[in-house]
Amino acid sequence: MHSKDWLQLALFIGLLALITKPMGIYLVKVLDPQGKTWLDPLIRPFEKLTYRLMGIDPMQEHGWKGYTFAMLLFSLVGVLFTYAILRLQNVLPLNPQGLPALSPALAFNTAVSFTTNTNWQSYSGESTMSYFSQMVALAIHNFTSAAVGIAIAAALVRGIARYSASTLGNFWVDVIRTIYYLLLPVSLIFAVFLVSQGTIQNFKAYDTAKLVEPLTVTVESTDAAGIKTSTQQTITAQSIVQGPLASQSAIKMFGTNGGGYTNANSAQPFENPTPLSNFIQMLSIFAIGSGLTWYLGKTTKNQGHGWSVWAAMMILFVTGVLACWWAEARGNPIHQALGIMTADGNMEGKEIRFGIFNSSLFATITTAASCGAVNSMHDSFTAIGGLVPLFMIELGEVVIGGVGAGLYGMLVFVVLAVFIAGLMVGRTPEFLGKKIQAFDVKMAMLAILVLTANILGFTAWAAVGTWGLAGLNNSGPHGFSEILYAYSSATGNNGSAFAGLTATPVDGDPHYNITLAIAMLIGRFLMIIPIMALAGSMVKKQISPPSAGTFPVSGTTFTILLLGTVILVGALNFLPALALGPIVEHFLMLKGQLF
Amino acid sequence: MKTISSEIRPAIVSTVIIAVVCCGLYPLAVTGISQVAFAGKANGSLIVDQSGTIIGSSLIGQNFSGEGYFHPRPSAAGTNGYDATSSGGSNLGPTSQKLADLIKARIADYRTSNGLSENQAIPADAVTASGSGLDPHISPANAALQVTRIAKSRSLTLEQVQALIAPNTDKADLGILGEAGVNVLKLNLALDTFKK
Repeated sequence: MHSKDWLQLALFIGLLALITKPMGIYLVKVLDPQGKTWLDPLIRPFEKLTYRLMGIDPMQEHGWKGYTFAMLLFSLVGVLFTYAILRLQNVLPLNPQGLPALSPALAFNTAVSFTTNTNWQSYSGESTMSYFSQMVALAIHNFTSAAVGIAIAAALVRGIARYSASTLGNFWVDVIRTIYYLLLPVSLIFAVFLVSQGTIQNFKAYDTAKLVEPLTVTVESTDAAGIKTSTQQTITAQSIVQGPLASQSAIKMFGTNGGGYTNANSAQPFENPTPLSNFIQMLSIFAIGSGLTWYLGKTTKNQGHGWSVWAAMMILFVTGVLACWWAEARGNPIHQALGIMTADGNMEGKEIRFGIFNSSLFATITTAASCGAVNSMHDSFTAIGGLVPLFMIELGEVVIGGVGAGLYGMLVFVVLAVFIAGLMVGRTPEFLGKKIQAFDVKMAMLAILVLTANILGFTAWAAVGTWGLAGLNNSGPHGFSEILYAYSSATGNNGSAFAGLTATPVDGDPHYNITLAIAMLIGRFLMIIPIMALAGSMVKKQISPPSAGTFPVSGTTFTILLLGTVILVGALNFLPALALGPIVEHFLMLKGQLF
Repeated sequence: MKTISSEIRPAIVSTVIIAVVCCGLYPLAVTGISQVAFAGKANGSLIVDQSGTIIGSSLIGQNFSGEGYFHPRPSAAGTNGYDATSSGGSNLGPTSQKLADLIKARIADYRTSNGLSENQAIPADAVTASGSGLDPHISPANAALQVTRIAKSRSLTLEQVQALIAPNTDKADLGILGEAGVNVLKLNLALDTFKK
C-alpha cells in the first residue's frame, strides 16, 4: 500500500466529488422534456423528428402502470432484436472472420444479458461475435439499457418530489433525451480519447503477425486405434484482433454495461491500453450514478438529502476499496512460501500496467456500480479480495450503482431506513413530507427479498446439481464461490464473474445459460416493477409541512442510519453463504490448504 | 386497451432509430475521426519490419523462450499462451493446487535459467499469468534479473543490455497513475537491432 496509491485514491474521490454537481445539473436539464442544453441547436431537430416518427406526444406523461408497460415492451423488442441478429450472425454483413451463428441457449442468454444491463458473457467476444453483432446487436443495449435505468430512477425521483399527482413522466422522452443529450455525445468524445491511448477502431479483418521468435510446441494426439503420438509443431504467427472496439468500450463503461468486446474485457490491452485510460474508465463508471444523487437532491428540493445519500455510498465504497486493496497487497501466503516476493502482492490475473492498487480499485468500482467490466480476473483474487466485489454486488449495487439502478436501489433502502427510524420513535414514518405506509414498505421489501431469494435459490440448486458442478474451474470453497458469484452477478445485473465458471460447456448443456438468463430477468424486472409501484403510490400522496417530530433525511444521523440499514440487510441475507465460500477459504488459505 | 397498442409503434420505431444512430452513425463517426487523427493506434499499434511484414503489436505480448530474449509473463491465453484471439486469465483461485504447482515449477525454471540461488525471491509477475494473457509488460525487477542471462547469450556487457531497458519502459501516466512496465516485444526488438 504505497503512498503513490493513496494519492491515486484521493485523486479519484476528489475528481468524482468535483464532477458530481456539474453532472447533476446536466441531468436535471436532460430529464426535463423542456430543459435547455448547449446541444439544443444541434440535436433538438433530430429529437423532434424522432418523436414524430415514433408517433408520440412528448408532453403527454405516463402513470406508473403506463410507464412500466412501455419499459417492458421496449425491453421485449430489444431482446427479440438481439436474439434474431445473433441467430442470423452467419448470414449478416461485417463478419470478416466468418463466425457462425450462436446456439439458441447462448443467444437467449446474451440477448437477456445485454437488455437487462447485466452484460454477463457466456462467450468469448473475439472468437464468437462478428463486428455487426458487436456493434448492433450488443451495443444498442449499451445505450438503451442504460437509458432505461436512468429513466426509471427519474420516474421514482419524480414520484417522491411531486405530490397529489398521478403521472411520472413520459418513458419514451426520458429514454430518447438520455441517449441523445447524454450518452451519445459523451461516448463520442470518450471513444476518441480511448483511441488516442491505443484502443483500436476499424473494420478490417484480424491481422496476422509473423512472430519474432517462432514457438515450438509439442502436440499430443490420439489416433483411432487409441495410440498416443506426440508431434512437434512450430507456431510462427499471432492473430491480432481488430474491429470497432473504442466506440463500444466507451459506452460500455459510461452506461455501466460492462460487456467486453474481448473475453478479457478491460484487462485486454486494446480495450484498456494505459493507466490513464484505466483511470478515466473508472471515473466514467461512477460519473452518471454520482450525478444522479445531486439530481435527487435538486428535484426533491433538499440538496442535503442528495449529499447524505452520496456520503453513505462513499463510506461503503472506500471501506470496500481498502479491504480489497489490503488483501491483494498482502498477497497469498501459499505462493509466498514457494518463493514469490512478498512485497509484490497477488499478481495472478492482474496486468503490470495496473498493478495491485488499480486492479483492486477497479474491481470494487465495477461491482459497487453495476458495471461488470473487469481489468483483472476476480476469480484469482485472494479470498478476502474476492469477497469484496462479491459483497458489493450482494449489497444490491447501491454504492453509486448502475446508472439509474443504483439510485432507485438506494431509495428502496432510504424508504426502509425511514420506516425503521419511525418504528424506533413510535411515529408514522415520513419521507420528505410524505407518510410511508404499509403498501410502500411492502413494495420496498419485495424488491429486496426477490433479489435475495433469487441469488440464494439458484446458487443452492447449482451447488447440488451435476450440471452446476461440471462448470467449475476450481474445487473446494472456491468452487462454491464461483457459483455464488455467478448468480449474484446475474441477479444484480452486474455481469462480472469468477470467470473460471464455464456457462457454455462443450457438450451444450444449457442449464447455466438458461438459469442465469432467468436470474437476470428477475433481477431486473421484478425489482423495477415494485419500485414503479412505489413511485406510483408516492406520487399520489399529499405533502405535510415539516414539524419538530419530522425525521430529517439529511445530515450525519440519516447517513449512519442508511448505512446501517444497507449493511444489516446485506449481512443478514448473505453472511451464511459467504461463510461457506470466501470466508472459510480465507482461513484455509492462511493454513496452506490446497484443493 | 387503446393505450397498450399505442405503445407498440414507439417501441419498434425507437429501436430502429436508436440502432441507426447509436450502432451505425456513432461507430462510423468514431472510426472516421480516429482513422484521421490516430491512424496508427486505431489500427492496432502494429509494428512492421523493413520488408513491411507485420511482426506484432506494441500493445500485445508475444511468447519468447530463447536464452537471448527477455521472457514475458506466463500466459493463460489459448493453449500455448499469447493467443490474441483467446484473451483471458487462468482463473485459478488462491487455494488452487493446480496454480500452486504451476507457480512452483515456474519459480524453479526461472531460478535455473537465470542462474539464481535457491532462496532468491522471485518477482510475482514472472511466475503468474496476467488477466488478459496478453500483458505486453514485465516489471522492472523481473527485467533486471534476466539481464545477466541475455548479456551472456549475446556476448554483450551488462551495461549494454541494461541501457536498452529504460527506453523501452512505459512509465506511470502523469507520474502517479498505474505502474511502470517494461515492454518485452519492443525491448527484444531493440536487442535484435543493437549494434555493438
